[in-house]
Amino acid sequence: MSLLEFENVTLKFGGVIAVNDLSFNVEKGEVFALVGPNGAGKSTAFNLISRFYEPSAGRIHFDGHDLLAHKPSEVATLGVARTFQNNELFDHSTVLQNLLIGRHRHRKTNFLAEIFFSPSVRKQELQNRHMVEEIIDFLDLQPYRDKMIAGLPYGVRKVVELARALATGPKILMLDEPASGLSVEETTDMRWWIDDIRRQMGITILMVEHDMGLVSSVCDRVLALANGAKLAEGTPEQVQTNPAVIEAYLGGAA
Amino acid sequence: MRVHFKTSYEQDIRFFEDRWTLFLYASLVILAFVLPYIIDDFYLGEMTNVLIWAVAGLGLMLLTGHTGQASLGHAAFLAMGCYAYHILVKYGVTFIIAFPLAGIITGVVGMFIAIPALRLRGIYLAIATMAMSILVDDIIVLTAPWSGGVSGMFSDPLNLYWIQIDRWGTPVAFYYVVLVVVILVTLGYANILRSPTGRSFVAVRDSEVSAQAMGVDIAKTKMLSFALSCGITGLAGALMGMFSGVFNNETFSVVISVQLLMMIVIGGLGSIHGAFFGAIVIGFLPQFLSISKGWVGDVIGGSAVAIPGLEFGVFGMILIAFILFEPAGIYGRWFKIRTWLELFPFYRKGMFKRQKSFLKTERLQ
Repeated sequence: MSLLEFENVTLKFGGVIAVNDLSFNVEKGEVFALVGPNGAGKSTAFNLISRFYEPSAGRIHFDGHDLLAHKPSEVATLGVARTFQNNELFDHSTVLQNLLIGRHRHRKTNFLAEIFFSPSVRKQELQNRHMVEEIIDFLDLQPYRDKMIAGLPYGVRKVVELARALATGPKILMLDEPASGLSVEETTDMRWWIDDIRRQMGITILMVEHDMGLVSSVCDRVLALANGAKLAEGTPEQVQTNPAVIEAYLGGAA
Repeated sequence: MRVHFKTSYEQDIRFFEDRWTLFLYASLVILAFVLPYIIDDFYLGEMTNVLIWAVAGLGLMLLTGHTGQASLGHAAFLAMGCYAYHILVKYGVTFIIAFPLAGIITGVVGMFIAIPALRLRGIYLAIATMAMSILVDDIIVLTAPWSGGVSGMFSDPLNLYWIQIDRWGTPVAFYYVVLVVVILVTLGYANILRSPTGRSFVAVRDSEVSAQAMGVDIAKTKMLSFALSCGITGLAGALMGMFSGVFNNETFSVVISVQLLMMIVIGGLGSIHGAFFGAIVIGFLPQFLSISKGWVGDVIGGSAVAIPGLEFGVFGMILIAFILFEPAGIYGRWFKIRTWLELFPFYRKGMFKRQKSFLKTERLQ
């Protein structure tokens, strides 16, 4: 069984059909990309998985669970982590605190124990701190550990968002345009990280990306969308040479 | 500049980053304990008042400063705590049980009030909670058989095992009671802030969307924040009742709610220090004004001038000045001065300037 399954999902906002009868499967361990022109419904598909939107029809399964039966906050608990297209970090906290929020889903203590900071809370905090440090080490965030997000450059914020998503210890990582706004070098770094996350940590990756260079270098399979519907699915080469995809991007012959 | 070379994760969890800070805060606590031997009873009374306001400020700070939910209704929770405690005492419950119970009752009520409030945000939440403040006035009048209604209620001296403590009779003992409450509440607050609960509050404040994506249940978090905030405010209310000795339906008016919110804005939103700085301003300003009024009267000749509404006028001006020139409040300003001194001469003007914020993801919901 696939890790993530979209079954004939449709989402309508009034008369606008944002996602139209979309079906696809993401297999365990692969890197899967959603591509398509602006407004094709890529981010909307992410928001459907995060349960920010309620689909008008269809089903979404993740790791044997019916996602539609869960609350938005429970999706993370099932093992889905994500980043946002335009950073959604906690601006008035340090990088470290942002990453520690990522550990929230593993929390075992309740607020009463936390008011007294009982030994179990202390132990859990030390453990969280240790896990977070491993991720800081992995993504080279040491210089920024105690810096406030509000003062960090854009490129670093992107990495912090990736780190925060990784800190949740997910089964699937959803990256919404991981390379947008990054310099060429930063994009190369991102490429190697995505590769490492998949190989070393064994995390499945689902991403939305416009940079076809990045997509073809890291992705196993690509799904091209236009107007909320599936255009083509296959390896990066197959999709890039598909006439329907070329038409969607460049327009048909006049 | 102090540089901390960290060698264990414990150092990130500790309250105090180094021995020096620990020493400073320890001295502050010791000073607070010997204060009755240094100043006379009048100023000790004023100090007690400031500390009680600080507890109330901590209550609102948790909700507004850390969870980002504005409330103009916290006077209602002060009243609830105050009446809950005094009614319990009237039925013979001892202080040591009645006091925490008053906090718990207020907290539970606050949690239920949070349920409809979950759907509101920003200015709309402030207006809805303000209605609470107005409502509680009527509730006190309607429940006159227990609450005394318009004619009010008297606060009996509190019995702590073998001694009787009364704000007028034994001001020093009462000061100590308040001081112990302040210290316990502050410690609990600081513990919350360094554990997952506190982080989830901050997450909800800064970005609900991404808090949800991290597995934070927004509704539950807000309800817990309301409950804890109202609980602390209830404790402050009980102390306020004991301090004033007599209170009725008009003691905890909307004006108190506004004052409370002003206090934490002036002190600095989102910090424990802010609640204390704000309480000092709010607590001492009336005294400062009346003293300076007398002084102005002496200078221009003739008797002291009576200007109605002067106090609120000055409060208002101070608030406007802070919002215009130092939105981070007194604590924010203090932090900047400290950094300036630590880094001298390398402080840059733009150091605390917020970078132009990038586009936030189009707000969902």
